[in-house]
Amino acid sequence: MSFDVETDEVEYEGSLVEVEDLEKYYYENDTLFDRVLGREPTAVRAVDGVSFEVQEGETLGLVGESGCGKSTTSETLLGLREATGGSVRFKGRDVFRMTGSERTEFRQDAQIVFQDPFSSLDPRMTVGEIVTEGLRIHGLAGGEERTERAKDLLERVGLSARHADRYPHEFSGGQRQRIGIARALALDPEFVVLDEPVSALDVSVQAQVLNLLEDLQEEFGLTYLFVAHDLSVVRHISDRVAVMYLGKVVETGPVDEIFENPQHPYTQALLDSVPRASVEEYGRRGGTLEGDVPSPRNPPPGCRFHTRCPHARDACTKELPPDYDTGERHEAACFRVDADHEYWESEPLPHASETGEGTSVGGGIADSSD
Amino acid sequence: MSHAGHRDDLLRVEDLTTRFYTEEGQVNAVESVSFDVRDNEILGIVGESGSGKSVTALSAIDLVDSPGKITGGEVWLRDAELAGEFRGDKPEAVDGDFVDLRQLPTGVRRALRGPKFSMIFQDPMSSFNPSLTVGEQIAEAVEVQRRASANPRSTRSRTQGYGLGKLLVDSVVPGRKYTSDESHERAIELLDQVGIPDPVERADEYPHQFSGGMLQRAMVAQALAGEPDVLFADEPTTALDVTIQAQILDLLRDIQQEQGMSVVLITHDLGVIARMCDRVGVMYAGEVVERGSLEAVFDDPTHPYTQGLLGSIPDVDDPAPRLEPIEGNVPNLLDSEMPDRCYFADRCPKAMEACLEHPEERAVEGDRRHTARCVLADDEYDPERALDESQFEGGDGE
Repeated sequence: MSFDVETDEVEYEGSLVEVEDLEKYYYENDTLFDRVLGREPTAVRAVDGVSFEVQEGETLGLVGESGCGKSTTSETLLGLREATGGSVRFKGRDVFRMTGSERTEFRQDAQIVFQDPFSSLDPRMTVGEIVTEGLRIHGLAGGEERTERAKDLLERVGLSARHADRYPHEFSGGQRQRIGIARALALDPEFVVLDEPVSALDVSVQAQVLNLLEDLQEEFGLTYLFVAHDLSVVRHISDRVAVMYLGKVVETGPVDEIFENPQHPYTQALLDSVPRASVEEYGRRGGTLEGDVPSPRNPPPGCRFHTRCPHARDACTKELPPDYDTGERHEAACFRVDADHEYWESEPLPHASETGEGTSVGGGIADSSD
Repeated sequence: MSHAGHRDDLLRVEDLTTRFYTEEGQVNAVESVSFDVRDNEILGIVGESGSGKSVTALSAIDLVDSPGKITGGEVWLRDAELAGEFRGDKPEAVDGDFVDLRQLPTGVRRALRGPKFSMIFQDPMSSFNPSLTVGEQIAEAVEVQRRASANPRSTRSRTQGYGLGKLLVDSVVPGRKYTSDESHERAIELLDQVGIPDPVERADEYPHQFSGGMLQRAMVAQALAGEPDVLFADEPTTALDVTIQAQILDLLRDIQQEQGMSVVLITHDLGVIARMCDRVGVMYAGEVVERGSLEAVFDDPTHPYTQGLLGSIPDVDDPAPRLEPIEGNVPNLLDSEMPDRCYFADRCPKAMEACLEHPEERAVEGDRRHTARCVLADDEYDPERALDESQFEGGDGE
């Protein structure tokens, strides 16, 4: 099934998507009333200077815990939310400055699949209408052609053509997510943001959807930005990974590098926390990080992670670590990467362990009593 | 009823069956489920959503509400004192040191919640009352237990609610506080025990001032108020981030070991099971389809559903190029749509003709500590006898 949306192929240099210093702040106490009372607006720094790129044909996994800004990043870079600062370039063109036909074209080329398959489909539209709504809005196909296209799309994502006249409530979570994927594919996009596409699904269904996403990527030459909190899913599907913490990217690199040779203490702690589904996991303690993520209303100075980091020293509270190169396309924002940094001379913070050596990933087996 | 169980058994659940009578029809949420909980162990119950694992726990401690009803089965608890008390009146409900809770009067069963059983839930944010301080809510749990131990057969929790009437009465008759100062102090001790920093100050805060992880700790503290023998933990870390999940799992293990209690851990996450549990039961469509030690179930799974579940999860250390999902969807549990055959047969890659008959729980290769509700427990898969699609009547896989 091919359906060509006419696009002018443009030459561009660099990556398909380039995000630079992207910022998205939400303001509280910012109404007219607050101003009359002379209150200062407070910024919630959901995304605070994020940079990464996504190359054509690859899957970039964007991983982090809830509230780290990963979903806001993905929605802002598509222009679904207005950015506070920074830029996003798609095929070399600035997304935030696009106008007219350029913008229309971008909206065909870049699509999104949302996390919750229950709230992201209009309950009053048939599945066929949902899937081809983009075609209707962009005026690309009408009548018979659109119906045919809906059927093609549904079959491609593993549903059947006769589902086109049904309503979303008749489908299970996994099937609804397939509908969401069909909708994203309707306009023959090049770039698809997958915002936690499998986290609402049961594991057996999750595996089906992951396999489908991989097949579609190969078939249509798609580029994915895969946003998720589940590290095993990210490892499975990604070519490269960016790890976010409190509005910042702390580490980026090829997937095997990130998982086998993590440089940032946060990445190490995340990997250490994940429970493995094997017998060796029994009795392993995973709680290497203490405390909670601080509020993005008032992020800690210096390195955002120093309040929980087991290796934090005085230097970490003073200055924000830059992205250090630690290998082939592998960057980590941590002073520990730089052997000459004054970090090594400064005092450890009270909560941090003195040993300062990397936490081990993998299982120590505790007492297995009979 | 013979009990050839393990000598450390604390709780034996046998053929427990729970139905929900809904507008759409009868839902067979729990279907003849058996398991046992031993002293000092963590038993895991794993399954996907809708497999009946939560209702199983609720049924075991008699917390099923209308339209649900426990329609059959036995729940044997080891309690020499209770057994002595009922030996004369209800000999059929007593077997050695064990009593069948299902045959005891409601009041007695109710009194067991707290000192014998306790439960923590998935979503701490909706499990606490937002209009009371965390300390007050834990103190209340302590107070209920104190009053109960002073007068064992009258465990009215509160004599009045929190509504307008209470407000009016309180303003007319001041000082009618339900919780005593001792209970409040004990609540602070409990908060300290579950690792909440500054427990004295935090006790006076409201649930919305707590983070998800802290509130889950508070719920553990509340569950510990009655010093239970068995703690049911229903998806205790599902709503939490992975680093916080690790903290709560560590806490649960520490508490379990300190208190010498048993924990029934219900989760959909096989990794959590592997880290925490000594023995495991796997649930599918309301049934326990396989149970055994962690090693038996994870390293030598017999039921194709268990195998499929283990094959569906991506491995964080060693990613397979391709996942092997279980085809199809989880069935809904409406009685009218439940076939007589094995419930998994239509998704099963190894379905055989014998699967058209509903399988009993069988010992795997003669090992009674490892059982599966599957013909493959004592039979080899034989492609000659494979079941083909046409043999499923009326199932269109939707």
